[in-house]
This record gives sequence, structure tokens and C-alpha cells, in this order.
Amino acid sequence: MSVRNKNRTGELRVKSKTENLSEIRDFVSMNARAAGIPEATVENIILAVDEACTNIIKHAYKLSPEGEIIIKINYDKEKFTVTIIDYGKSFEPDRVPLPDLQKYYREHRVGGLGMYLMKSLMDDVEYQSVPGEYNQVLLSKNIRSG
Amino acid sequence: MAEFSTSVQERGDISIINLKGFLDAHTAPTLENNFTQLINSSKYKIVVNFEDLAYISSAGLGVFMAYIENIRDNKGDIKLTNMSDKVFNIFDLLGFPLLYEIYKNEEEAIKKFSGS
Repeated sequence: MSVRNKNRTGELRVKSKTENLSEIRDFVSMNARAAGIPEATVENIILAVDEACTNIIKHAYKLSPEGEIIIKINYDKEKFTVTIIDYGKSFEPDRVPLPDLQKYYREHRVGGLGMYLMKSLMDDVEYQSVPGEYNQVLLSKNIRSG
Repeated sequence: MAEFSTSVQERGDISIINLKGFLDAHTAPTLENNFTQLINSSKYKIVVNFEDLAYISSAGLGVFMAYIENIRDNKGDIKLTNMSDKVFNIFDLLGFPLLYEIYKNEEEAIKKFSGS
């Protein structure tokens, strides 16, 4: 039991390339399973982190492959938190409207879907940006015990 | 690196795209190429079989949105089949069942194309 009560952390640094998404997913998966999170919830966390990193690669770094993405995981018996940091263009989450799928479909726009998924799949999504310095998104999920 | 592959079969005038593996922002262009090739050959009746698809992110979902209008304008459709519960849940969360016909298996989707 003492092990489960310990605060655990992990960190992964990757370049802003879509080919690194699978490594990011594996890293999240490994940690979420180690935290004892149920499989369906693990899958949701993996997808939310994929969406956050895809947005960073496409929008913060505009597909330039040399940007840095840092993924930090922190969990205890109550909460599993993934912090994702980038040094690209800042992001204004309030400017991303909730998707109107019919409208998206007509306009061939899909960027906001990832944001909507992240908010649906996680308990909390928080953005913090210091323009010109860094952007940070915090994704957290409450871990149900028992 | 994420493994993803597709294969395309013809059943009369209907094209079936089989998806396998992980469909994300990195692998989505493979599926985009399939749709582009079918559209360039004026093949607008398309069934996509999800049986071997392990994972999909919004970049993968976006591929279906990118081509559906052109395909329906040409009297065709993209019908989706054999989704796992996990993959269906993501489609459902985004309201896709309102925009796409989703069937249990290929036969049902093919019947819909040829029947009514």
C-alpha cells in the first residue's frame, strides 16, 4: 500500500513530429497502467494526450519538426495529471468554439474536434501561456479508488 | 512508430477500404490517399471496414469529414462498418452517427448501396 500512496512522476521529451505520437501514447499508457487506472480510462487519457500533442505539432509549431514537447506525468492515489509543455506559438483556448459538426463538415474544418475530445475525456483541462516563452496544458483525471 | 495500413477491395461498383492499426495525425495521409484515388477514379460508393482498427484520433475522424461532401455530391456515400465499441464511442462523442451511416458488417452496408 505504501507504494500506491507514493507520488509518482515520469517525463518524456520529444521533437514536434507526428511520428512521435505513438511513443507519446506508449509513455502515457505505461504510466497510466502503472497507476492502476482501469483500461477504458487509460484509453481516454491516451487519446486526450494525443489530441493535445497533435494540436501543439500543428498549431504551436506549425508542423516544424524541431520544436520541443515535454510531457510530464504525476500521479498519486487520487489524481493522474499529464502536463504538456511547448515553446511554440501561444494558444488561446477561448477562441476555439465548441464544434458544430454540421458546420465543420461543410467547411472541412476539424481542428476544434481535438479540443472538444480533450474536454470530454478528462476531468480537467487547463491552459497556461506565457507568450514568447512557453505554453502549458494540464490534463487531469480523478482516479476512483476501490 | 505507429503501424497503420489499408487495403482496398472492389465488390461490383462498391469499394471497400479495410483499416488496420493506429489512425492518427501521422498515419491519416495514407487514408486520405485512398479516398483521393477512389474519387479520381469516379468511385463514390465506399464502405470503410473498421474491424482491425485499434485506435483513432480526431485527425483520423477528420479524413471522413474532408471527403464526404464531394462523395455525396456525386451520388455516393461513405458507410462505416465493424467498429469496436471503443472506436464507436469516439465517433459517438463527436456526433458522427448523425452524419454517417454505421453498420454492424460489410454486407449490411453493401445491401444499402445496392438495395434501396
